[in-house]
Amino acid sequence: MSKKSNAQVLRRFQYSTDQIIDKPFNWQQMLRLFSYMLPYRTTLVPLSIAMVLITTAVRLVIPILIGIYTLDQAVKNKDATMLFWLVALIAGLYASAYIANVFRIRWMNQLGQNVIYDLRRHLFTHVQNLSHRFFDQRSAGSILVRIMNDINSLQELFTNGVINLLMDIVLLVGVFFILFSLSPQLTLAIMIILPIMFLISTKLRKNIRRSWQDVRLKQSKLNSHLNESIQGIRVTQSFTQEKENMVFFDGINEETFQSWKSASQKNAMFRPLVELTNALGTAVLIWYGAHLIQNGTISIGVFVSFAFYLGMFWEPISRLGQVYNQLLMGMASSERIFEFLDEKPIVSEAANPVVLDDIRGEIEFEKVVFSYDDKRTALKGINLKMHAGQTVALVGHTGSGKTTIANLISRFYDPTSGKVLVDGHNLKDISIGSLRKHISIVLQDTFIFSGTIYDNIRFGRPEASEDEVKAAAKAVGASDFIEKLPNGYQTEVEERGNILSVGERQLLSFARALLANPKILIMDEATASIDTETEMKIQKALKTLLNGRTAIIIAHRLSTIREADNIFVLENGLIIERGNHGQLMNSKGEYYHLVQAQFNMLGAV
Amino acid sequence: METFKKLKAYYWPYKNYFIWSILFMLIVTAITVVYPMILQITIDDAVIGGRYELIPVLAAGFVGFMVVKGICTYIYQYTGDLFGIHSVYKLRNSLYEKLQFLSFRYYDNAKTGDLMSRLTADVEGFRFFLSFGFSELIRFVLLIGISFSVMFYYSVSLTFVTLATLPFLAIVVFKFDKAVHPAFRSIRKSFGKLNTKVQENISGINTVKSLSREEYEIGRFNDSNGDYKDKYLFTSEIWAKYFPLMEFMGNLSVVLLLGYGGYLVMNDSLQPGELVAFYSLVWYIMWPIMNLGFVVNLFSQSKASGERLLEILEAETEIEDKDEAVEIEKLSGEVEFNNVTLRYGDDENEALYDISFKAQPGQIIGLIGSTGSGKTSITQLMTRFYEPVEGQVLIDNRDIKDYSLRSLRSNIGIVLQESFLFSSSIKANISYGNPDATMEEIIDAATRAQAHSYIMELPDGYDTILGERGMGLSGGQKQRIAIARAICVNPSILILDDATSAVDMETEFKIQKALLEVMKGRTTFIIAHRISSLKHADEILVLENGAIAERGTHEQLIKNGGTYQKIYDIQFKDRHKATQTG
Repeated sequence: MSKKSNAQVLRRFQYSTDQIIDKPFNWQQMLRLFSYMLPYRTTLVPLSIAMVLITTAVRLVIPILIGIYTLDQAVKNKDATMLFWLVALIAGLYASAYIANVFRIRWMNQLGQNVIYDLRRHLFTHVQNLSHRFFDQRSAGSILVRIMNDINSLQELFTNGVINLLMDIVLLVGVFFILFSLSPQLTLAIMIILPIMFLISTKLRKNIRRSWQDVRLKQSKLNSHLNESIQGIRVTQSFTQEKENMVFFDGINEETFQSWKSASQKNAMFRPLVELTNALGTAVLIWYGAHLIQNGTISIGVFVSFAFYLGMFWEPISRLGQVYNQLLMGMASSERIFEFLDEKPIVSEAANPVVLDDIRGEIEFEKVVFSYDDKRTALKGINLKMHAGQTVALVGHTGSGKTTIANLISRFYDPTSGKVLVDGHNLKDISIGSLRKHISIVLQDTFIFSGTIYDNIRFGRPEASEDEVKAAAKAVGASDFIEKLPNGYQTEVEERGNILSVGERQLLSFARALLANPKILIMDEATASIDTETEMKIQKALKTLLNGRTAIIIAHRLSTIREADNIFVLENGLIIERGNHGQLMNSKGEYYHLVQAQFNMLGAV
Repeated sequence: METFKKLKAYYWPYKNYFIWSILFMLIVTAITVVYPMILQITIDDAVIGGRYELIPVLAAGFVGFMVVKGICTYIYQYTGDLFGIHSVYKLRNSLYEKLQFLSFRYYDNAKTGDLMSRLTADVEGFRFFLSFGFSELIRFVLLIGISFSVMFYYSVSLTFVTLATLPFLAIVVFKFDKAVHPAFRSIRKSFGKLNTKVQENISGINTVKSLSREEYEIGRFNDSNGDYKDKYLFTSEIWAKYFPLMEFMGNLSVVLLLGYGGYLVMNDSLQPGELVAFYSLVWYIMWPIMNLGFVVNLFSQSKASGERLLEILEAETEIEDKDEAVEIEKLSGEVEFNNVTLRYGDDENEALYDISFKAQPGQIIGLIGSTGSGKTSITQLMTRFYEPVEGQVLIDNRDIKDYSLRSLRSNIGIVLQESFLFSSSIKANISYGNPDATMEEIIDAATRAQAHSYIMELPDGYDTILGERGMGLSGGQKQRIAIARAICVNPSILILDDATSAVDMETEFKIQKALLEVMKGRTTFIIAHRISSLKHADEILVLENGAIAERGTHEQLIKNGGTYQKIYDIQFKDRHKATQTG
């Protein structure tokens, strides 16, 4: 391999990383986010706040009790009884704080988790009902990230952030007032550390967080590559690119390393700076405080109380900075979540939808025009009628409109103009749920959900009994291979599990559709070359499956096309020929040429 | 400790960082204890003793100490981090290198998810321990030791009374840690399940929608979502139960300190300042103990992480170059199998049994047979992805074990059924096996694979970036890029493993046409189910259960009444019926 520059090496693979950057504060969005707390406004919210107030009050009072009363009065005056009662009082306060803390942790977590649960459920339910287009435009990974990670990143905000915000403000104000009432001069003197603390807590912390975000970004790139290199290892080894990949990996590894190094460097500054600021405060306390004791303005007890309170400044300020940062990150996450929630389903339910309990399965297109994006017209005025129980084949080149017709029948989209009718009802008037209940689609790429074979067949009708499942499998000829599996119907399968071959998956999806027992069946016929034995089985299964249903098949296999009751030949969004196989072959039109061409090109002469 | 010893090579080169980190940590810990002592001197000597001239010295000294401490803290933390990230950098590179060279057999049994969790979570666990865990253990001992000494120096009896709660605290900490870690694991597990659930739902959304199972899916999602919430709340209950209790015990110590300490001050056997100093020192002992469980757990987790990493690092590479492997620039492509038998696992059945054949350079060999009959196994032996248990595979009359893997494999081009493309530009994907290819060579390969014209229609042409798994392209388009990729290395031997199965018929024609051109001048192995794909082969091997059941040319095989003829009849009966008119 010739020497390549570093930049070139790093461009060998390219990964897009979802950037998590914070957004400017947006009140409207904030309110929308916090509206998820509304259901708990009379229960968990006030309860948590009450507990927080109790613990905060205890923390505020105790330094006074120790400094002013215990040291300055009881101990100084050698008043043992007073000492005893003070100690008892402090123990009592600690005990009540203990109990309040138990409930605080419990209720705050319940609040946070309930909000997160609601938000995630809302988002998932919404996404579930979005149209195909939504899913076509995005990778599965990017949708997953929003439902899982973006919502999780709000967890801390809702569990601790909001309540702590309140606690910290109370604490800060409380400390300030107590100190001020004890000694205004000393208070003002040590207040010089406050601005520094705020600065560290917001600015420096923000800077540090940015660096860590950079680290995470680099790492996610690293992980994307690792994941891909494992999945593509067979290709890499086939092309002996191991060494070249190592050079690339070393490059991104080094990038991650550098980014981490600079983040660590910034991060390591945080604690020393905080402590130095605190030390500055303490130095002022010692120097000015001693001076005030000397001229009799304050007592030793006040001095000690100040020492305690000074230690209490940092914590709320630090946490406020943390909440501020959480809010900024929450802005980014919630923006992405709301973007999904604001996405409207393309088809909407009619005001008073007709509910179809049973249908015959007659389908009609009247002058249907359809465009996916208002630029190119996918269907340019389709008129067709499919009688109940017929098998109809749609034939044509890629992009001729076959799949669009199928999508309109299931009402995944509404036509731009014209009407689609089922049993004489306009689809727009029928309740979507009741329409789709009668329609099943068998897809080319059958998706296998992780679970047992049994569950997978039952997916179309979860309430089906075991016997019904077995009967369906048997009817499509899937029972042979299922029974040969180690655990039969109870065998666990996975999405990418290699247990099932392409043909077996296909049979499984037939069983799934048969069990769902739809009146209308749409099939995007698979074309994977399956061994001939399986192919025969599929042909047979198909006959069982189609029996008694209106079937619309996007056909590739000649055997299917030939046996269809009606064939529509499509070109550029128009039906150019229609009729059965014999008729179309006789007319020697486009269909005839298509059939001939296919065979000639395959060289099967 | 065995684990850490074995992994020594990854962190020991950076031991200097570690040593510096520890040194500065010692200083930091020592200075930490200075704060309560200065407070004590201020109260007892300067204020009560009336030696106010000490004050400026104390204040300045304190700031001085803290500046030193700040600098030391910075160095301690930064060098500690460097120790961890340097080691991880080295460790990651070694892991990656190992993964590049592990054999197919290893990957057959490995799960991507499991490997990924080792490469991410376990590497991170190990780093965290190096950066933080080691020194934390030392700091723990040190802080407690020094604090105890200072307390004893002030008052032995007060120390004992104050720390009377310590044994109880230790018990609570122990119980808490025992309960909380399984609970945390259950959260992670539940989150993982929820994640899988959602991922599966999105990947299979077409299936969900086609059977209109949205409601059902929402129900299943809610179960997982609810389970996650429950697990989380269960864990927070453990927190609620133990954490306030721990804090309360610490506070009890303070109460004891006040009561008994106050009594001692009244008796003049303790200075007020010493009492105040105690108040800080108590927490220096309490906090580390509350954290002890965390540190111990960190240690055991990183040990487990280390073990999982070692499992990868110590895995056997199995297939490697011989010591004096032959380097050959260009093979002519004569392939010979002599009585080859293959088993994937020691106690598995033969995947191939007694296979012999010979292919002359430039010949086309067709392989046909049902799923699992051993077609792919034959090609995987040629590339030495597996090794036969018996027999020999020869290329150009030399056992393939004698060639270096690089010179063997770079002479073989493979197109697989499922074309895996990398997240990179189309250009880089085509030149994947030959990164030095010029743009002309790349375009030539694409043109011959019938991919050039559609690539040029894409907005960015050859610079179009393909997403995960070649997203954005149809199956046929991906497949043609995979074919171009194989042509681009200009191989002497070409393997087409079911290369046209994932595409519709229209595309299949295009690809078939492309392949005819590509096969010229190369020894080609075609695996296919359709007779039409391999009828022009010079020899067709019909495989059944790992053995060659029939062999010959298309003309010979369609007449002998065997499996091939049966397949032929089924596939071609169709054609005759279909093309009849009337």
